[in-house]
Amino acid sequence: MQNNDSVKKTVLVATLLCLFCSIIVSLAAVKLKPLQVENKIFDVKVKLLVAAGLATPESSKEDVLSAYENINPVLVELDSGDIVDDFGFDLKKSLKDSNLSSRIEKDNDFASILFRAKHAKVFIVKDGDSVGQYIFPIYGKGLWSTMYAFLALSSDFKKVLGVGFYDHGETPGLGGEIENAKWQKSWINKDVYSDELNLLLTVIKGKVDYSEPTNVHQIDGLSGATLTTVGVDRTIKFWLGENGFLPFIKKQLEGGM
Amino acid sequence: MSSLKKVFVDPIFKNNPVGLQILGICSALAVTSKLETVIAMSIAVIIITGLSSFSISLIRKHIPSTIRIIVQMTVIASLVIVTDQLLKAFFFEISKSMSVYVGLIITNCILMGRAEGFALSNPPFRSFIDGLGNGVGYSVILLFVGVIRELLGSGALLGHQILPLASEGGWYVPNGMMVLAPSAFFLIAIFIWIVRTLDKSQIEEE
Repeated sequence: MQNNDSVKKTVLVATLLCLFCSIIVSLAAVKLKPLQVENKIFDVKVKLLVAAGLATPESSKEDVLSAYENINPVLVELDSGDIVDDFGFDLKKSLKDSNLSSRIEKDNDFASILFRAKHAKVFIVKDGDSVGQYIFPIYGKGLWSTMYAFLALSSDFKKVLGVGFYDHGETPGLGGEIENAKWQKSWINKDVYSDELNLLLTVIKGKVDYSEPTNVHQIDGLSGATLTTVGVDRTIKFWLGENGFLPFIKKQLEGGM
Repeated sequence: MSSLKKVFVDPIFKNNPVGLQILGICSALAVTSKLETVIAMSIAVIIITGLSSFSISLIRKHIPSTIRIIVQMTVIASLVIVTDQLLKAFFFEISKSMSVYVGLIITNCILMGRAEGFALSNPPFRSFIDGLGNGVGYSVILLFVGVIRELLGSGALLGHQILPLASEGGWYVPNGMMVLAPSAFFLIAIFIWIVRTLDKSQIEEE
């Protein structure tokens, strides 16, 4: 215990300790990075397949990867609805680049996301040679946080085939119930558009009244989470509307006829 | 050997870090709404308290007393970051469910408390055992709170539905307070009450 408190020793111990710790921490961060990135990408694939009903969270890695082979990601230019070449699209990078994103007019910004990238990735699920379903990435503000989801629609865009919320920071047990598998199941087979492509799909406050004919396009609101429910409803309204995927949907329908 | 055993067992009930020392309350509130995260958090904390006490005790004879707190912080923070990175690489599902709380282990007062109160004045192996014991003591509280919160708050344990929910045709209306953090305060207080009724020596003198 001799002279531990001298300036020399203090500086020496501090330097050595910092050096040692920083080497260990950076080694761990750098060496493990590839594995972590792989995990993240795989995780998004699982979410996508679960939303499309092609896998369950318990599916094995092989099943997920083989199911994913049926999925064809395409890059869509939102305003025109055209499929364009993928230039290495990255949502985060696009949102930072004023050439690749634009501010949404306040009156149209249903999802409260302020900026929208000019492009979005749409996932076309093949069913043999024809299109089985389309999966759209959607996101919007809930009560506390931005909620991210995949929405799967049938090939004629008439029916919901599945939804999967995979990232959010809503109140657990209340708004956080958007993760509830049972609630997400209640979306399946709901009507999305009328024949004139007017959006019908909506999340209402309270329970759907099944004696009314409107029940075919209404989804139960989450009890105790009115603002989250409103957020989900507005997110759908934005992404399935003119500023979202509607131009793409129209083009796809024309092309198919 | 019996004294080593005492070092390990004491912090579990007799000298519980949460119950008696009232340390580590913050994270006990945050991660206990689901049993799954409780278990992951418990394992992480047990390992980290053990290792941090061990490594601090290793260098205890060279730590200048003026910067000892910062030295302890550095060691603890490094261990936590490495653990976080390992979880993200090999146990992605667990790391997802624990999100930021792994990083928050750094702020768990139990780690600093044991480093300062035990590891600085005891040999490495003894400190390691003390760290493990305190980690287990913390875990006991977390499990107690976690089981009750998930059962009453969501009618489930480890995600398996035990009490059929009224919203899904059953009879149980979940207690909304249990999924929110403040409920852990009540539960920890009840735990402390029970322990102090059984072991009167823990009651503080007035």
